[in-house]
Amino acid sequence: MNNLLNVSPSPHQQGAETTRKLMFGVVIALAPALAASVYFFGTGAIIVTLVSVLACVATEYLIQKFILKMKPSVSDGSAVVTGLLLAFNVPSNLPVYIIIIGAIVSIGVAKMTFGGLGNNPFNPALVGRVFLLISFPVQMTSWPVPTGFKTGYLDAVTGATPLGIMSEGIKNGETVAALMEKVPSHMQLFYGYMGGSMGEIAALALILGGLYMIYRKIITWHIPVTILLTVAIFTGILWVVDPTKYADPGFHLLTGGIMLGAIFMATDYVTSPMTAKGMVIYGIGIGVITVLIRTWGAYPEGVSFAILIMNAFVPLLNMYIKPKRFGKEVKHG
Amino acid sequence: MLKTFPKGGIHPPENKLTAERPIVILPVPVQVTVPVSQHIGAPAVPVVEKGTPVKTGQIIAQAKGFVSANIHSPVSGKVNKIDTVVDTTGYKQTAVIIDVEGDEWLETIDRTDSLAKDVAMTREQIIERCQLCGLVGMGGATFPTHIKLTVPAGKKCDMLIINGVECEPYLTSDHRLMLEKGAEVLTGVSIIMKALGVDRAVIGIEANKPDAISNLTELAKDFKGITIQPLKVKYPQGGEKQLIKACTGREVPSGGLPLDVGVVVQNVGTSFAVYEAVQKNKPLIERVVTVTGKSVKNPGNFLVRIGTPVTALIEAAGGMPDDTGKVVNGGPMMGKALAMTDVPVTKGTSGIIMFPADASKRAEVLPCIRCGKCSSACAMGLEPWLISVLAQKGMYEKAEKERITDCMECGACAYTCPAKRPLLDYIRLGKATVIRMARERITK
Repeated sequence: MNNLLNVSPSPHQQGAETTRKLMFGVVIALAPALAASVYFFGTGAIIVTLVSVLACVATEYLIQKFILKMKPSVSDGSAVVTGLLLAFNVPSNLPVYIIIIGAIVSIGVAKMTFGGLGNNPFNPALVGRVFLLISFPVQMTSWPVPTGFKTGYLDAVTGATPLGIMSEGIKNGETVAALMEKVPSHMQLFYGYMGGSMGEIAALALILGGLYMIYRKIITWHIPVTILLTVAIFTGILWVVDPTKYADPGFHLLTGGIMLGAIFMATDYVTSPMTAKGMVIYGIGIGVITVLIRTWGAYPEGVSFAILIMNAFVPLLNMYIKPKRFGKEVKHG
Repeated sequence: MLKTFPKGGIHPPENKLTAERPIVILPVPVQVTVPVSQHIGAPAVPVVEKGTPVKTGQIIAQAKGFVSANIHSPVSGKVNKIDTVVDTTGYKQTAVIIDVEGDEWLETIDRTDSLAKDVAMTREQIIERCQLCGLVGMGGATFPTHIKLTVPAGKKCDMLIINGVECEPYLTSDHRLMLEKGAEVLTGVSIIMKALGVDRAVIGIEANKPDAISNLTELAKDFKGITIQPLKVKYPQGGEKQLIKACTGREVPSGGLPLDVGVVVQNVGTSFAVYEAVQKNKPLIERVVTVTGKSVKNPGNFLVRIGTPVTALIEAAGGMPDDTGKVVNGGPMMGKALAMTDVPVTKGTSGIIMFPADASKRAEVLPCIRCGKCSSACAMGLEPWLISVLAQKGMYEKAEKERITDCMECGACAYTCPAKRPLLDYIRLGKATVIRMARERITK
């Protein structure tokens, strides 16, 4: 025998799943929602997505190569996912320079300063989004109206989101029934016919992506289902108490970023709990905080804040919520 | 719904390439190397010298103390020397090297193939016979059988579980035994039941061996108290605690033994060895070994004498393929990689697997993305991502609190990790250190 044998401890075979496959699985799951955005918002959606993805990947590459002087690891696909999610969380008429600033904050500040993939406490795309929302409140809240495919970008006709209309109207003393006339029907909302961030509008497409991720075992049902159930129950109780002041649960589930948040943002591995029980607590927290902000907060929408707040609790949840061990513990001499 | 253990588990590709290959008797080699330590416990002490003529089945090394096992000559011939050799674990140890001359067996051994079903011996006689014949657990752990058959005072055993799971990919030696020696295996089970004083036994077999399940189910009609329990295919179901949970619902406590829940577990191969020892007075001098691999020309199941060099097995399977990069003794999940193939088969050798070079190296390690797949895969309900990091950072007290010693080193975590982190390497390090610390605490 002329070749030496490899010797290593067991196991001697490894599973087929890899970080890269998981990340590109998420990209595939995002495809239907991306297609819906392009359908409703036109070229703006394409430009925003491309700029965001490229800026995120470039930021990570440059930081790793020139500041950290390490082998760039952009091929793992995590920066691509962050880029897509950042794009999904901003309006489709956002100027390029603002997107790039968002990407630099997402990757540079929220991810790389903490040590890169796996070490960031907060969802990078959401940190970028909230940074932009606070820094560029006008641009970040001028929502293009869905018109079917068109070639405009910055010149898009804008309008309020259904949640904005509802929140503003209720403050002005209008009844929910009257306001419901001003927003698209539930069916239209389900397909995505509404103003809003680029990727959050099409509930149907997002759910399809979520089902794909559950089928591929990229995520489990725990986080999305608990968030959506919590929102449905909480808003349902409010609605039953006073239907003239509070919108119905269906409206809450189909508008704003709740679908995108529950299915894609809150399920980010790095910033979500690692046990099923922890995931359920985390999901309930996100659902409750979202409804609190939507109903009594200053912003019409609160999913981003809810997820970021619950991100902060993840280390605690991981520390105190343990999987059920096999076998009782017995004391030994 | 098939029964299985509830927590964790994975399903690696089964690759049971040799499931259809009947057991082939391998010719006796010209020389055998018989290590004196093929079991857990103290090494046996050689009772032969250079030049001593031996017969097949004759004792050549005496067990030292209770936790030890006798070693018998697997061949007839003359002792060439007693020397230090490298064994399958890669460590050096004493071995008796015998030059083979003919194949002359001790007259006391019944070499006929006829099935001896009636068990004449008493409990004590059975246990004594197993001890004399050097029986050890054949599933891989090689714990001396006579100890497991002796229920200590104060403990109760109401049930025997036989491990016919063979959940490791590739391996088929137990599968073939259940098919070809079913009646003998069941007789062995009855003997063990008698030794333990229990009236029921359950044989757990995974559903990927339907022929073995139907064969034993049919044969078991003639045996009292033995039932066959088909199980859902899931690794690591062959783990003692998982198998007990799957078959009975009982949960062995942390750090405890099966006897704590009134159960003793024995392997199918051990049952067969018990049959041969008790009914035929035959010591443990041969075993079935699966020799396999995806590029192996003629993979198969071979009945080989202990001490046969692994190279002879590889030759019998058509030689080592040119693309071989790793040879594993045992299964791909828990087996040990061999540094060289010139090592002898021992009582615990269940399989020899040859992996192609491209499958024998580990993939690049990426950062942990906290996906939690390792926790979901852990059949003991541990958090491999956490205890591996604790071990890596030397935080052993914390690792102990997280029950690192519950780990049975099945490797499901490392298998499932998408970032290909060497979880089990660090957990092993941590576990060994924690056990040492615990021992030091007791001796203080």
